[in-house]
Amino acid sequence: MTAPRKKRREAFLLGNEAVVEGALAAGCTFYAGYPITPSTEIMECMAKRLPHVPDGAFIQMEDEIASMGAVIGASLAGRKAMTATSGPGFSLMQEQIGYAAMTETPLVLVNVMRGGASTGLPTSPGQGDVQQARWGAHGDHPIIVLSAADVPECVEMTVTAFNFAEKYRSPVILLLDEITAHTREKIELPEPGDFEVFSRLTPTMPPEWYKPYEETMRGVPPMPPIGSGYRFHVTGLTHDPLGFPTSRPEEVRALTERQFRKIDRFFEDIQIVEHVETADAEVVVIAYGCVARSARLAVKQAREAGVRAGLLVLKTLYPFPRRHVEPLLRNCRLAVVPELNMGQLSREVKRVNEGYTTVRTINRIDGQIITPSQILKEIA
Amino acid sequence: MGRNRVVVYPDWCKGCGICAAFCPKKVFAVGQDGKARVVNEEACVNCGFCEPHCPDFAVLVIPGETDQTPCPPETAPDPAEQPAAKEVKP
Amino acid sequence: MAEITQLIHQYLRHNKKFPLVFCPGCGHGIVLGSLVRSVHALGLPKDDVVIVAGIGCSGRIAAYVDFNTVHTTHGRALTVATGIKMANPKLTVIAVMGDGDAFSIGGNHLIHAARRNIGVTALVLNNFIYGMTGGQCSSTTPEGAYSHTCPQGQLESAFDIVELTRAAGAAGVSRGTVYHVKELDALLAEAISRPGFNLVEALTPCFTQYGRGNGFKSAVEMFKWLKASCLPVERYEKLEDRTGKLPIGTFVRRDVAGLETRWANMRQALAAKKGGAA
Ligand SMILES: Cc1ncc(C[n+]2csc(CCOP(=O)(O)OP(=O)(O)O)c2C)c(N)n1
Ligand code: SF4
Ligand code: SF4
Ligand code: SF4
Ligand SMILES: [Mg+2]
Repeated sequence: MTAPRKKRREAFLLGNEAVVEGALAAGCTFYAGYPITPSTEIMECMAKRLPHVPDGAFIQMEDEIASMGAVIGASLAGRKAMTATSGPGFSLMQEQIGYAAMTETPLVLVNVMRGGASTGLPTSPGQGDVQQARWGAHGDHPIIVLSAADVPECVEMTVTAFNFAEKYRSPVILLLDEITAHTREKIELPEPGDFEVFSRLTPTMPPEWYKPYEETMRGVPPMPPIGSGYRFHVTGLTHDPLGFPTSRPEEVRALTERQFRKIDRFFEDIQIVEHVETADAEVVVIAYGCVARSARLAVKQAREAGVRAGLLVLKTLYPFPRRHVEPLLRNCRLAVVPELNMGQLSREVKRVNEGYTTVRTINRIDGQIITPSQILKEIA
Repeated sequence: MGRNRVVVYPDWCKGCGICAAFCPKKVFAVGQDGKARVVNEEACVNCGFCEPHCPDFAVLVIPGETDQTPCPPETAPDPAEQPAAKEVKP
Repeated sequence: MAEITQLIHQYLRHNKKFPLVFCPGCGHGIVLGSLVRSVHALGLPKDDVVIVAGIGCSGRIAAYVDFNTVHTTHGRALTVATGIKMANPKLTVIAVMGDGDAFSIGGNHLIHAARRNIGVTALVLNNFIYGMTGGQCSSTTPEGAYSHTCPQGQLESAFDIVELTRAAGAAGVSRGTVYHVKELDALLAEAISRPGFNLVEALTPCFTQYGRGNGFKSAVEMFKWLKASCLPVERYEKLEDRTGKLPIGTFVRRDVAGLETRWANMRQALAAKKGGAA
C-alpha cells in the first residue's frame, strides 16, 4: 500500500497575492514600495507576510524612487529584494533601474500595468509599458522583462524573475496587467522543492583577489554581500573591472559589451514561450498577459471552425524571443498580435518579420479587454 | 629633544596655501611652482593644525622626540597622467 | 602629529589616483580626513563600514576610502542607505552627500529618513552651491548670493539644515566646519555612535564655484571667514548681536531606537506571541 499523497494546500488568490507566494518561494526577504493601484495588494500582502519570514524586512518608502533605492541597497547587502508598482510609479523608478543595470544589482520589479498615459485609467488594464520596460532607463543597458497571463503563472514567473535576477545579476521586470493582477483563481500553494531556486554566486577567492566587475566565462561576476569582508566600490559611472570610474574607451566598451553578453549568451534559458498548436499553424497569434487568455480560446474556436490556428504565448518579452517567433513567421500566412496598447510588442514582431508574412495588430486602448471573439474575427 | 620635522609631499600638494596661511609659526610658503614648501622647520611647535587641515593629506609633522621616518604614499601618482581636479562633470 | 596623515594613508585606496580629484583648497578633502579619523576613533572595522554617496563633488569621496563604498545616483544616497541598514543592521552606514544632493533633489528622502529615524549617519557637505555642475544655486545658497543660475543674486531663501532636520525628528543634528576640524571629528564620532538618524552638516568652502563669485579672494579667505563667523552654539546663544554669526556644535540629541531596531523588536514580539500560542 502506498502512503496517501499529502494533500496540497490550496488557496483562492488574486494574481497580486500569487506574486507574493512566488516571491517568498523564491527566497525574497526584502520589500520596499509605495502604494499604487492596481499593484497595492502585493505591498499589503508583503507587509503582512514578511515579519514572519526569517530575516524578513519590509518598508514603505516615501516614493517609488526611494523604494527602488532601498531595494538596491538591500540587494547589495545580500538580500533577494523586490518592489512593485504601476503606471506613474514605474516612470519614477526608471533612473534607479538604470543604476541597477549598470551596477549589476539583482532585483525584481513587478509593474502591474494599468491603462493610459499619465494617471490614465488606474483601475483598468493596459499593456502600454512594454517599450518603457525595455528602454525606460536612459542609455544602453540590458534588461530582462517577463510577463504572466494567469494566477498560477504569477507564482511561477515571479520565481523565474528572482532566479534570473540572481543568475544574471540583473534587474528583472515582471509585467502584469490589471486583469491578471485582480483575477482570483484557485491555485495550489507552492511547497518547498516545487521550484528550482537560484541564489547569486558569491566569491570564494580571498578578498584581495576579488574584482567585482571582472570578465568571467559566464560574464556574470560573483557578488558578495556588503559587509562580508570584500570591500569594493559600486558606482553608476562607467567603471573598470575593479568597480572604479573609467572613461578609457576600451574599458567602457568592455563593460557594456559584457553586460549585454551575459544576457545574450543565455537566450535559451531566458526566453520562455509557450507554443499552443503552432506546429502546423497557418495563422499564428502572438500574445502575452491577459490577452493571451482570450487568444487561447480564440485559437481553440478557430481550430473547431477548421482554421489551422496556433498561439505563441510570450512569457519573456525581453530579450525578445526572436528564435521562437521567426520560424513561425516564416511558415504562416498571417500573424496577429493583439495588445492593450497602440502597438508595442507588435513592433518587435514586425522587426523580426523580414517580409515572411502579413502581421496584423489588434489594439485596444479603451480600458477594456480584448475578447476572444475580437481575435477570432481576425483569424477565422 | 630633537626638533620637529615637517614634510610636504609635492605630488599631492595643490598649493592651496592653507598651511602657509594658518601655521602660527610661518613654517610654510607656497612656491612659484604652486607647491607648499617648508621654509622654517625649526620654528614648528607641533601645534597640530596643518595635518588635519591639509585637504590633500600632503603634510606630515614628525615630532622631535621620535625617530619616525615619513611614510610616503605607496603609490605616488605619475603627475603627467593625472592633472589635478580635471574630470568630466556628470 | 605624523600619525594623522599616516592614519589617513592607511584608510585610502592605494589603487586610486592621487591627489584627490578636488580643486585646490576644496574643503571636501578635510571632511574625508575627518570621516576617517572618527571611524578610526570608534574602532570600527573597515568591513563593517558602508559609505553611501550621492552625486556631486562630495560624492567623489566614496571612491577614495577603503570601506564598502556605494556611489549612488544624485539625491538618492539615503534611500540606498536605508535599504542597506534594514537588510543588515550590524553595518555602520554613513551617507555622504552634498547640499544639493541632500536638500534639493534629495530633500524628500532626507526628511523621511529623519522622521523614521533609520540608523544612518548623514554627512552633508554644505558648500552652498552645486560644485560639480559648475556653480548653480542650491537650496542652501544664501539669499542675495550669486551663482550661475542666479546671476542677479539669489531671491529665494536658504534652508537652515539644522532646523529642518530637527523639525523632521532626527535623533541627532549637528553642524561643524572644516576649519574647526577637531570639533568636526568629535561631532561625527558622536553622530555615528548615536542610534537613529543623525545628521552632521559640515560647512566646506568651494572657492572655485562659490567663493570666487561671492567676494572671496582665495580658498584661504573662505577658511578665515569660517574661523571668524562660526562659534560654539553655547557661546552663540549668549551673543547679543548674532548678525553674520553661525552656531556650530550639536543641536539635537534625542534618545530613540533606530527603525531597524524597532523592526527587529516587533518581529521578536510576534515570534514570542506565536510561540506562546503553540
Ligand atoms: C538626476 C540628476 N540631475 C542632475 C544631475 C547633475 N548634477 C550632478 S552633481 C549636481 C549638483 C551637485 O551639487 P551638490 O550636491 O551640492 O554637491 P557638490 O558638488 O557641491 O559637492 C547636479 C545637479 C545628476 N547627476 N542627476
Ligand atoms: S595645505 Fe596641503 S595642499 Fe594646501 S598648500 Fe599646504 S600642503 Fe599644499
Ligand atoms: S604643526 Fe603647527 S607649527 Fe608645526 S608646521 Fe604645522 S601648523 Fe605650523
Ligand atoms: S568645484 Fe567646489 S566642491 Fe567641487 S572640487 Fe572644486 S572646490 Fe570642491
Ligand atoms: Mg554643494
